[in-house]
Amino acid sequence: MLTLLGVAVIVLGFALRFNPLLVVIAAALTSGIAAGLTPLEVLAAFGKAFNTNRYVSVAWLVLPAIGVLERAGLKEQARRTIQGLRAATPGRILLAYLALRQVTAAFGLTQVAGQAQTVRPVLAPMAEAAAELQTGGLVADDTRQRVRAMSAATDNVGLFFGEDIFLAIGSILLIVGFLDQSGISVEPLTLSVWAIPTAIAAFLIHGGRLLLFDRRLAKTEVEE
Amino acid sequence: MIGLPLVYLLAGLTFAAFAGLSAVDRENSKRFGNAAFWGLFAISFLAGDRLGDLGNGILALALALIAGTGQLGVGAPKTTSPEARETLAATYGAKLFIPALVIPVLVLAGSLTLKRLSLHGAPVVDPKQATLISLAFAALVAAILAQLMFRQPAAASVQEGRRLMDLVGWAALLPQMLAALGAVFAIAGVGNTIGEIAVQLTPVDSRFAAVAAYCLGMAAFTVMMGNAFAAFPVMTGGIALPMVVGRFHGDPAVVCAIGMLSGFCGTLLTPLAANFNLVPAALLQLKDRYAVIRAQAPTAVLMLIVNVVLMNALAFHP
Repeated sequence: MLTLLGVAVIVLGFALRFNPLLVVIAAALTSGIAAGLTPLEVLAAFGKAFNTNRYVSVAWLVLPAIGVLERAGLKEQARRTIQGLRAATPGRILLAYLALRQVTAAFGLTQVAGQAQTVRPVLAPMAEAAAELQTGGLVADDTRQRVRAMSAATDNVGLFFGEDIFLAIGSILLIVGFLDQSGISVEPLTLSVWAIPTAIAAFLIHGGRLLLFDRRLAKTEVEE
Repeated sequence: MIGLPLVYLLAGLTFAAFAGLSAVDRENSKRFGNAAFWGLFAISFLAGDRLGDLGNGILALALALIAGTGQLGVGAPKTTSPEARETLAATYGAKLFIPALVIPVLVLAGSLTLKRLSLHGAPVVDPKQATLISLAFAALVAAILAQLMFRQPAAASVQEGRRLMDLVGWAALLPQMLAALGAVFAIAGVGNTIGEIAVQLTPVDSRFAAVAAYCLGMAAFTVMMGNAFAAFPVMTGGIALPMVVGRFHGDPAVVCAIGMLSGFCGTLLTPLAANFNLVPAALLQLKDRYAVIRAQAPTAVLMLIVNVVLMNALAFHP
């Protein structure tokens, strides 16, 4: 039971907004020591896993390419594309992106878009430009922040509720392997078919929220 | 064979360049903090396998201490002004999207074809790492292409990469640190303890209660561990197989598919899923570190309810 103190350290540390890297190491030490390891043993176990998980951070290699493109005007070009579209609103742009992200993820193309390579340089500037169109120019800083956060959220929702329709995605393979160990044989195809109802519901619910988001944005801007 | 070592070499050299350029950036009052932080990360990529477990642990601790004591600043490499960018965008137009599209196209092509390449019967590329190798290669090609197409200075890609990396700051390391924490939690048996508690709390009297307990348990466990994959074996072994499938005869395919998706609702709600929830907040320069989670929360909660209803409706064939 004492090993759960590590989870408590995480919850408190994140809630009180300490630096998350320190919180993570403190949590590892807490749970490790509670499980009977010495601090140095915990640090060694942590270091070993830190080293084997370096591949997680390889995704940052995409930043130099995105940076050069931003230097050459990519964000501005994304905005210009939207400024030519009268019907564009942040909610509609994000709705179209949600559909695209869910469908491509359902075909296993989870790496074709992402927060660093799509949301920051293209999607968020497009949604912000559409917010400007809607209000005729000036957009309050708070509104900008909300539009950006919703852009990032839409990428996540599209990815999570699309990828499980693909047969060979990690989570499907994990389920097949786990059930196999328990003596239950399930085809990956059956699992991915049963991910479809949730995917449709996610599109309707998040899509509906995006359209409501437009109406709320229009309202707050008028009040200001 | 081309494998992870080559990708790590590229990453190590990139971070070493970020560190070197940080050290000479007089605009940044904390330049040595940034240089030390990215420098240590470069060492991890270049020499991590030779440091030993404790050495890597000390390196991770040093990274956390540099970030946690506020030694990280934001570098300000010379870049184009907003006005200049407007002019460049007007000049190059939609061509600017080409290198950005090259990345997904090469990743896709690479992950489909590289696995099959072989020379004298030996694979040219490590088949297990095809996607990661494709990503590193695509990023390199896109950076060079962008530099040539839009006549950017030679140092632009590294300097601009450093500018974005400094904006992300400590959040860049959080996903890898959390993965390491997951390993320590596994050694300490944290997951199993939470699973035992969840099983004790599960009501046994009705089918709907068992379904709801499994879906909510998947989401709650994922919030605590940051990862639905960690929650799945514990919750499915503890609640779904004995109760929902065993006692109430639910279809295991439906139960597991929707159970996993209930876990994903938890992923949308937790700061521990840093690469999805905290890193974007840093990339988009949001004032509130939890703004993305706040934007996702209503969708996540509604989807969790939908999953309970769907599992209850679809998993039990008459």
